[in-house]
Amino acid sequence: MDFKLRVWRQKNRGDKGRFETYEAKGISSEASVLEMLDVVNRGLVAVGKDAIAFDHDCREGICGSCGIVINGGVHGPFEHNTTCELRMRRFSDGDTITIEPFRVRAFPIIKDLVVDRTAFDRIMQAGGYVTVKTGQAPEANNIAVPKKIADEAMDAAQCVGCGACAATCPNGSAMLFVAAKVSQLALLPQGKAERKERVLSMVAQMDKEGFGACSNSYACEAKCPKSVSVSHIARMNREFLRAGFGS
Amino acid sequence: MKLDPRTPSGPIEKRWSTRKFDMKLVNPANRRKYTVIIVGTGLAGSSAAASLAELGYNVECFTFHESARRAHSIAAQGGINAAKNYVNDGDSVWRLFHDTIKGGDYRARESNVYRLAEVSGNIIDQCVAQGVPFAREYGGSLDTRSFGGAQLSRTFYARGQTGQQLLLGAYSALMRNVKNGSVKVHGRKEMLDIIVIDGRARGIVVRDLVTGEVTTHLANAVIMATGGYGNVFYLSTNAVASNVSGLMKAWRKGAYLANPCYTQIHPTCIPVSGDYQSKLTLMSESLRNDGRVWVPKKKGDGRSPELIPESERDYYLERMYPSFGNLVPRDVASRRAKEMCDLGLGVGKTGLSVYLDFGDSIKRLGQPVMAEKYGNLMDMYHEITNEDPYKQPMRIYPAVHYTMGGLWVDYHLQSSIPGLFVAGEANFSDHGANRLGASALMQGLADGYFVLPYTVGDYLADTKFEAVKADAPEVAAGAKEVRVGIDRLMNVNGKVPADDFHRRLGHVMWEKVGMAREKAGLETAISEIQTIRKDFWKDLKVSGSDKDLNQEVEKAGRVADFIDFGELLARDALHREESCGGHFRVEHQTEEGETRRDDQNYAYAAAWQYAGEGAAPLLNKDELSFEYDIPSNRNYK
Repeated sequence: MDFKLRVWRQKNRGDKGRFETYEAKGISSEASVLEMLDVVNRGLVAVGKDAIAFDHDCREGICGSCGIVINGGVHGPFEHNTTCELRMRRFSDGDTITIEPFRVRAFPIIKDLVVDRTAFDRIMQAGGYVTVKTGQAPEANNIAVPKKIADEAMDAAQCVGCGACAATCPNGSAMLFVAAKVSQLALLPQGKAERKERVLSMVAQMDKEGFGACSNSYACEAKCPKSVSVSHIARMNREFLRAGFGS
Repeated sequence: MKLDPRTPSGPIEKRWSTRKFDMKLVNPANRRKYTVIIVGTGLAGSSAAASLAELGYNVECFTFHESARRAHSIAAQGGINAAKNYVNDGDSVWRLFHDTIKGGDYRARESNVYRLAEVSGNIIDQCVAQGVPFAREYGGSLDTRSFGGAQLSRTFYARGQTGQQLLLGAYSALMRNVKNGSVKVHGRKEMLDIIVIDGRARGIVVRDLVTGEVTTHLANAVIMATGGYGNVFYLSTNAVASNVSGLMKAWRKGAYLANPCYTQIHPTCIPVSGDYQSKLTLMSESLRNDGRVWVPKKKGDGRSPELIPESERDYYLERMYPSFGNLVPRDVASRRAKEMCDLGLGVGKTGLSVYLDFGDSIKRLGQPVMAEKYGNLMDMYHEITNEDPYKQPMRIYPAVHYTMGGLWVDYHLQSSIPGLFVAGEANFSDHGANRLGASALMQGLADGYFVLPYTVGDYLADTKFEAVKADAPEVAAGAKEVRVGIDRLMNVNGKVPADDFHRRLGHVMWEKVGMAREKAGLETAISEIQTIRKDFWKDLKVSGSDKDLNQEVEKAGRVADFIDFGELLARDALHREESCGGHFRVEHQTEEGETRRDDQNYAYAAAWQYAGEGAAPLLNKDELSFEYDIPSNRNYK
């Protein structure tokens, strides 16, 4: 398959950036978008031009490294996939494809398609854990967790931290990311002791990083590669209110 | 140098506790005066960092990823073993020990393996306490499943994303310690050398991947947790950036590399479909619990699978290994799949795949139950191949997945450079010549949570440290060497991107140093790799600047190390005139095509020592002895 690519190029954080056009020729329909970029980059490097920088690693949808906007859609125009999982057979031969980085205030662009998502680490540092030191754990089966609860916690815990929720949100809100962790740990007995401090400090850090507020558009759930449900946002809101009442 | 593995003596079940008691301790108030550098933030690195920080040491963590959570442990699917015996099927520390020793084809150290089995239960306790959402039974207790190489159910899992959940657990512990100031995580920094002063590891040299700046960092001890080297084959199930450079930098500074030829080829991966491909995707071994492996009985049977009647299918694993059936260990399953394809019985367009059929299980359990167990794997397969595994059998083929070899370490996980410790897949210690499924996560976390916190402390307490000044000659020289190395890559100025050399290398490795190895092929491979090296330093093109985020600079450096390492791997495979586990020498097999070990001559770990640029590496033998599990022929029939 042949494609015409419009790719965002930006040398560094200070650069203004612009679109540049490239040809991608003879691409296998089974190749992923990232493998297509590999082919384009090989051509660029061979003639001494700068390769297009993009984050990626596992290329099987779990590490959360990749993330670009394709034809206006976060991780591409379809639902529930990461960029690395998107195969070229979903496009038509001869298509013009526009590729740009996530545009989120809290994710500054480092170069080309690479953004800085360390804000997520700082939100996790604010409370996305259970305080238990190595060696302090009780016998595992002493903590019974009903299957239904464990399954729901796992639904939330699947978040890969790619940032698609924030990138697709009209307000650049990271509510789904934060809620996934708050909800997972609020559901499980292990997380109960710190639930109040956790939700308050994670939300405070989220605001501090410059993420926007949730306006219930549900765009995040539609795009989430792991289909994390907005019901976790509802649970986080309840946790937040509860914590505010001091009970 | 005489290798001292520092293995304890006495009854095996007392060795670890006795050794812990004999270790020296660092007074809690003094711990913050010691700095420990940890390279890599996967399961081993993150768990070690969090645990050492909790003890009060000053910990500095380095990763080339943006965030600690992106490390490749995240991609492990199936599960983690532990000898809990929750299902009353006869499991015990002894049995896990025995299965691991036997699974490793009697090429691992008994003391290490026993310790691994001994702490396996603590790992599950720790992870559950962190909030890892393991699969549960209706009554709320933990669920388990079975895995290859074991006849009982001891594998704990979180759907098909166990590695992700365990890593996020370790990562959350790490983040908590960042918050309280006891760990600093340096993201997008790549370790490019080790600083050795007076024979001890005292720091590292790193390159900032965003600015290109080269800096030095000093410490009292360094832990390498940089993962495995599967990408020496170019195509593997490893993440694209996984590399051998950390190991090679340590090797050139005097750490020995042990058993590089022990590479694990995983039997259930999505087959290769074209040249554009950047990696292979694993389909968890857990699928073999409910999937049956088969090929058509007739050569070149072009019918689609549902049209081939039962009587014309060969469920060859069930036929050859009635007691283990589809759950034989990985090396056996892989070799048999290759054999079927070599006989012309393979399926799919390329003829390089076999069926993994869920038809019976779907009939027995129903699609919803199957979806609950394996949903994400089924979806992933569907997305990649455009074929629905609920409707037609998966097509699978072996691919490089895990590497048992790594830096040589003693019982304390210390390399041959004092003060340099190695954890997780980066060391060679526990899996012998073949790793059992669901044991990688166990080992990474055992090393990080329950071994290094003791052994690193013992080293620190037992060593008198001279203060190292930031401008010491070894430090300046380390930084300079790294700069020179980068300039060398930038200045070749040929026309060929680094990736092309990597692909060429991978092709040689897979064809001649892959699933079946023989003398002539290995010798050809070594000379071909030498040609690739020559071409690399003549024709390499790195475009752009090294003072900037430039993934071509990163790749070029990694490929250079892969080339050198590939040659070492082939040499190790050539020297080991026996077959064991993942190392299959065509010349050494039984009449039934199983591995034939030579315990008389090869019951040792081969620890290779760097002898200088261009010189042949030196072989040191770390002899293995078996007191508790007497080597026998592995029999899975």
